Amino acid sequence: MSNHDQTLDIQHSHGGAAHGSVKEYVTGLIFSIVLTALPFAALMFDLFSAPITLIVILLCAIAQIFVQLIFFLHMNSSSEQLWNTTSAVFIVLIVAILVVGSIWIIEHLNHNMLMGH
Amino acid sequence: MVNKATIITDPDSLTGKLTWDSIPLHDPVILPVMIAVILGGLALLILITKMGKWQYLWDEWFTSVDHKKIGIMYIIAAIVMLIRGFSDALMMRAQQAFATADSVGAGFLPPEHYDQIFTAHGVIMIFFVAMPLVVGLMNIVVPLQIGARDVAFPFLNSLSFWLFVVGAILINISLFLGEFAATGWLAYPPLSGIEYSPWVGVDYWLWALQISGIGTLLTGVNFFVTILRMRAPGMKLMQMPVFTWTSLCANVLIIASFPILTVTLTLLTLDRYIGTHFFTNDLGGNQMMYVNLIWAWGHPEVYILILPAFGIFSEITATFSRKRLFGYTSLVWATAAIMVLAMVVWLHHFFTMGAGASVNAFFGIATMIISIPTGVKIFNWLFTMYKGRVEFTASMWWTCSFLFTFTIGGMTGVMLAIPAADFVLHNSLFLIAHFHNVIIGGSVFGYFAGMTYWFSKATGFTLDENLGKIACALWTVGFFFAFMPLYILGFNGMTRRLNYYDNPDWAPMLWIAAFGAMIIFAGILVQLYQIYISIRDRNKNRDLTGDPWNGRTLEWTTSSPPPFYNFAIMPKIHDRDEHYYKKEHGIAYEKPDKYAPIHMPKNTWAGIVISGFSLIMGFACIWHIWWMAIFGFVGIVASWIIYSFERNKDYYVQVNEIEKIESAHLADIAEYHPISKAQS
Repeated sequence: MSNHDQTLDIQHSHGGAAHGSVKEYVTGLIFSIVLTALPFAALMFDLFSAPITLIVILLCAIAQIFVQLIFFLHMNSSSEQLWNTTSAVFIVLIVAILVVGSIWIIEHLNHNMLMGH
Repeated sequence: MVNKATIITDPDSLTGKLTWDSIPLHDPVILPVMIAVILGGLALLILITKMGKWQYLWDEWFTSVDHKKIGIMYIIAAIVMLIRGFSDALMMRAQQAFATADSVGAGFLPPEHYDQIFTAHGVIMIFFVAMPLVVGLMNIVVPLQIGARDVAFPFLNSLSFWLFVVGAILINISLFLGEFAATGWLAYPPLSGIEYSPWVGVDYWLWALQISGIGTLLTGVNFFVTILRMRAPGMKLMQMPVFTWTSLCANVLIIASFPILTVTLTLLTLDRYIGTHFFTNDLGGNQMMYVNLIWAWGHPEVYILILPAFGIFSEITATFSRKRLFGYTSLVWATAAIMVLAMVVWLHHFFTMGAGASVNAFFGIATMIISIPTGVKIFNWLFTMYKGRVEFTASMWWTCSFLFTFTIGGMTGVMLAIPAADFVLHNSLFLIAHFHNVIIGGSVFGYFAGMTYWFSKATGFTLDENLGKIACALWTVGFFFAFMPLYILGFNGMTRRLNYYDNPDWAPMLWIAAFGAMIIFAGILVQLYQIYISIRDRNKNRDLTGDPWNGRTLEWTTSSPPPFYNFAIMPKIHDRDEHYYKKEHGIAYEKPDKYAPIHMPKNTWAGIVISGFSLIMGFACIWHIWWMAIFGFVGIVASWIIYSFERNKDYYVQVNEIEKIESAHLADIAEYHPISKAQS
């Protein structure tokens, strides 16, 4: 009976998403708390100079994205996750192209066409 | 400051902006069309009622989730809209042929009507002819090519189709009620803003595209999942037929780009309806952002249209050259390369808007780079034909006509990709000639080739070959007569969308172009006649084996038309040209030991009903009839909720039914298929 349920079963499967272990979720939770607390601490207790604080916040934010993707969305390079990971990378690429491209174009137009002057 | 009086020009709370004056009874061009459409529509309704076919249509077609039937409905809708879109083209050609004058008033179309016609022509041909043709062919072919029994989300597929129909209906209503946009097919602000387009034309455009665009996005997701998750056991990615590959890439582009369209349309809607200023200069808006965003969707869109056509040509070339496709791997990688590059070239649509040299150079070079993978494909097809036993069937005629027509269009595209040249050619008829050259000579010829090739797979009988060749010849000759003069006129400085022109030297070229349009018209008439003749003589042309062309890929293993469950037993894939492999090894039509019950989705009312409510909502929003819009919206949400609580969505096809269908097919094969005859 393995081959006759194909049409509808796709709707009931989990699209290759794995369920993580408790250990994974706890590790993720600790990571995300630390990465949230660090920027707050840096700002509230003036741990670093202003530019370094900015960099710390930025790095924590980027690290936070990866923690969420890896520990909570279980994205990795295993074969059943490969498509999710590939799609995510592709979408990030497309969004980056669009955002960076649009900013670049509009910045040029703004400069050349004297908008806002 | 938001001044409410300027946002809504006094709509009535019951009827919105709708009055008896909204019906263009005074227009000598529209009135006869309106009467003909109303009478024709009434005749059709009476005919269906008299024949008692409503129940049949509802049960077998309107509520169907069968991808093959949805595909057929897409293509029928596309043909109907093609007639509408082509009428617009003929009117434009006729107008320009007679419109030599020093001032407004030349020809038979006043400017405000002419502007609506060129807008409607573009919108209809792209969204309601090319898109449904490509989605229709994907629907019919892709699940069969990968050995699936339906698409991943059959209900969403039905919903996608009916949302597309809603868009088409809204566009057609605009002909008889109110106006259509007079802004050009992409409706740039500020012209499309409420200040310069205060009536309902742009709103028709917005809601028709928004609703059908959401349908397209759902289709993209649906087919992406179908291709990745529902291939027959053993079919690796690099064993997928090329049409499936190109469809996959087209669907990736749909998923990546249609959300941009949705957002852009939403922002323009907000500008028009609630007085925001995303795209107007007041309060820091920027109309250039609209142009930027609409083309960030618009450029991938043209690759959504052309990539599946490339796949179609690949299938046809391999089949009728009686050879394995030359350079399969390079073709797949070329497709993937085009898919990514399609996302980084959008600025070439507005080189002249004022970006600097570095921006223009980047996007110009990126554009030229696309011609490399495209050129690779041309050579793939040529080398497939080289030393093959090429059979010049009608679908092969379309393919050969494509090869040289499209190559010319591709080369003029590279010319336009040079920013310096574009400053001369931008918005001229050269551009018009170029994109018709690639869309007609590339995409449309591809869809016609595909329709000819897979017609029997959808209907059970083949199209008349001779009439197909005549249609192809007329289209090709007509195309060159209609568009080569436009290249010349573009060089001579004639811009697009002119209602009249004061340079009499241009007139002869425009007469030639009008003549070409008439030849294309003859081609369309021959195609309609071809469909009529083929249906009339269907018993003569019946495809009893399901494999009329001695095909290579998996869809040809099934009967024509395939049983509703497509495959009684999931095929195990051995080879890229699976059907050819099985025929070679004598295992193509083996009777399996036993059948198992097949799990299938049931038909559903939800797709057409939800779309019906969105038609009400769209229409109401266009005319500012808010009580009706709320009714439509509540209807959408309510019917979706009711549908979600339905438990009884699937069933099992029993073994005895499968056995009956399959034995009949195998008996036909034994009697009619040349392979079986050779073996016995």
